[in-house]
Amino acid sequence: MRILAIDSSGLVASVALLEDEDLIAEYTIHYKKTHSQTLLPMLEEIKKMTELDLHTIDAIAVAGGPGSFTGLRIGSATAKGLAQGLNKPIIEVPTLEGLAFQLYGTDALVCPLMDARRNQVYTGIYEFVCENGRYELTTVMQGTCCLLPEVVSKLNGLGRPVILNGDGVQAYRDALVKTLTVPYTFAPAHRRLQSAAAVGALAFRYAAQGKLVTAAEHKPEYFRLSQAERELQEARGREHAEAAGESLKEQSPAGNPDKREVYQDEA
Amino acid sequence: MQQTQKDITILAIESSCDETAAAVVKNGREILSNIIASQIDLHTLYGGVVPEIASRKHIEKINQVIDQAVIQAGMTLQDVDAIAVTYGPGLVGALLVGVSTAKALAFALDKPLVGVHHIEGHICANYLQYPDLEPPFLCLVVSGGHSHLVIVKDYGEYEVIGRTRDDAAGEAFDKVARAIGLGYPGGPKIDRLVAQEGNPDAIAFPRASVGGSVYDFSFSGLKSAVLNYLNECKMKGVEVNRADVAASFQKAVTDVLVSHGIRGAKEYGFHKLALAGGVASNTALRKAMREACEKEGIEFYYPAPILCTDNAAMIGAAGYYEYVKGVRSGWDLNAVPNLKLGER
Repeated sequence: MRILAIDSSGLVASVALLEDEDLIAEYTIHYKKTHSQTLLPMLEEIKKMTELDLHTIDAIAVAGGPGSFTGLRIGSATAKGLAQGLNKPIIEVPTLEGLAFQLYGTDALVCPLMDARRNQVYTGIYEFVCENGRYELTTVMQGTCCLLPEVVSKLNGLGRPVILNGDGVQAYRDALVKTLTVPYTFAPAHRRLQSAAAVGALAFRYAAQGKLVTAAEHKPEYFRLSQAERELQEARGREHAEAAGESLKEQSPAGNPDKREVYQDEA
Repeated sequence: MQQTQKDITILAIESSCDETAAAVVKNGREILSNIIASQIDLHTLYGGVVPEIASRKHIEKINQVIDQAVIQAGMTLQDVDAIAVTYGPGLVGALLVGVSTAKALAFALDKPLVGVHHIEGHICANYLQYPDLEPPFLCLVVSGGHSHLVIVKDYGEYEVIGRTRDDAAGEAFDKVARAIGLGYPGGPKIDRLVAQEGNPDAIAFPRASVGGSVYDFSFSGLKSAVLNYLNECKMKGVEVNRADVAASFQKAVTDVLVSHGIRGAKEYGFHKLALAGGVASNTALRKAMREACEKEGIEFYYPAPILCTDNAAMIGAAGYYEYVKGVRSGWDLNAVPNLKLGER
């Protein structure tokens, strides 16, 4: 089985071609150009270098979120276009699991941390459990969007050594060093950020479980509403509370349409 | 078309604002399909287009819209000769969904890719409506995001002689509609209200001219005048006749658009004047422009409303003329939110 894997959910753009247990090609770039400018040229390079006939690909794997909203959509739209054009299915691999899978086989807990800005992280906690001679990636704490101290206190409470990776390590290094009380280490450069090879390797396991979707069915999992939706929800929550007889001083801007220009979602 | 030439069919994709659209167009002139998934109901809740929501909806709809376009054209994806996509101007996140999908689709199908300017698309909607229309002509492009007076010198060759200094015409419609409680989208709602009962001469709103450039537009002063008028009425406790406000405002906008268009046509010696863009659907503008053109002996062109709104068929028409000129986009094609007309 051949899988083409894509991850552009964060700072890196990454494309990989895998065939069963072989990684045939991987191209990862962490540079200032936008993923929109790099992703397809990278795939073209892989196609040339490996003399790839695109029709021999069985499925497209894509980091399905969370991540940068725009980055996720560039990856997803690329996967969807390829899947539609080649008439092949898509395998959605949660971004956090793709990051965690890079630390395959460790006894430590694995905690991918992705900078979600506004002092938040996309994170989850995972461990590898050996079953029938191979390790399964097992969830200790479901992927979520939370404040950094929340995940740190969870890790401290678990009391086990942990390996952290993802761009959140760099973004929150000082806070992590100060507040983690369990033994920890930060993954080195080659295991630090997203890798399409890891997404692809994990995708084989999903495919074996029949977790395939069509191009039309696939959409990213953002873990977060848009700012406009959040504010509308908050405003409605307040109206609800006010109707219930509670008094709230703060006025929400979402009810005022002239404030719509302020909706600045992260890129 | 000449019998000797092979037909060229273009699959076109458009996602620059709040419509997810795909179309198949033959030889730049014949619409084989034109599918539009509008998000307008969603954005109405927020009083305008919310970029992040638009982008999220585009990615949920894009493959279905493409599928429908191809099926309705009675073709398969393999049958198309090239893929055209809007790459600017527009909302960057929204554009990126169409651009990324189009690139991957073209790459997978081994088809040429043609990046198209959104405004060029609007102009080319006229080629779909009038199969015999040929450049050169003068085109007034008016929409929610744009107000341009453009000389169409040849296919793909444009000279912008007038543009808005502040708000686009459609933007002014939206803001005034909001101020008189009509909601979003303002253009169609004002059009409908005025058609019922409004008196266009009830209130004298200013017809702004811009110092230095006779063809440039400015609509923010007019918008402020409307807001001031509403405020004054409120202070004095006078009841506002919304239909009269809408009609008088609309008249002020159309007067300026018509006078600029006619003046441009006469001064540059054009006998053909075309409308394009969402505001080109406005009943009053069409009527006023038609009457002015008849008076001056200018041939007047305007696309059907379905081709005025954002759609992909117009991108297919523009894409065709770029394609036959040999324009090809690379796999590094990016969304350019503030792309200028005539630039690549």
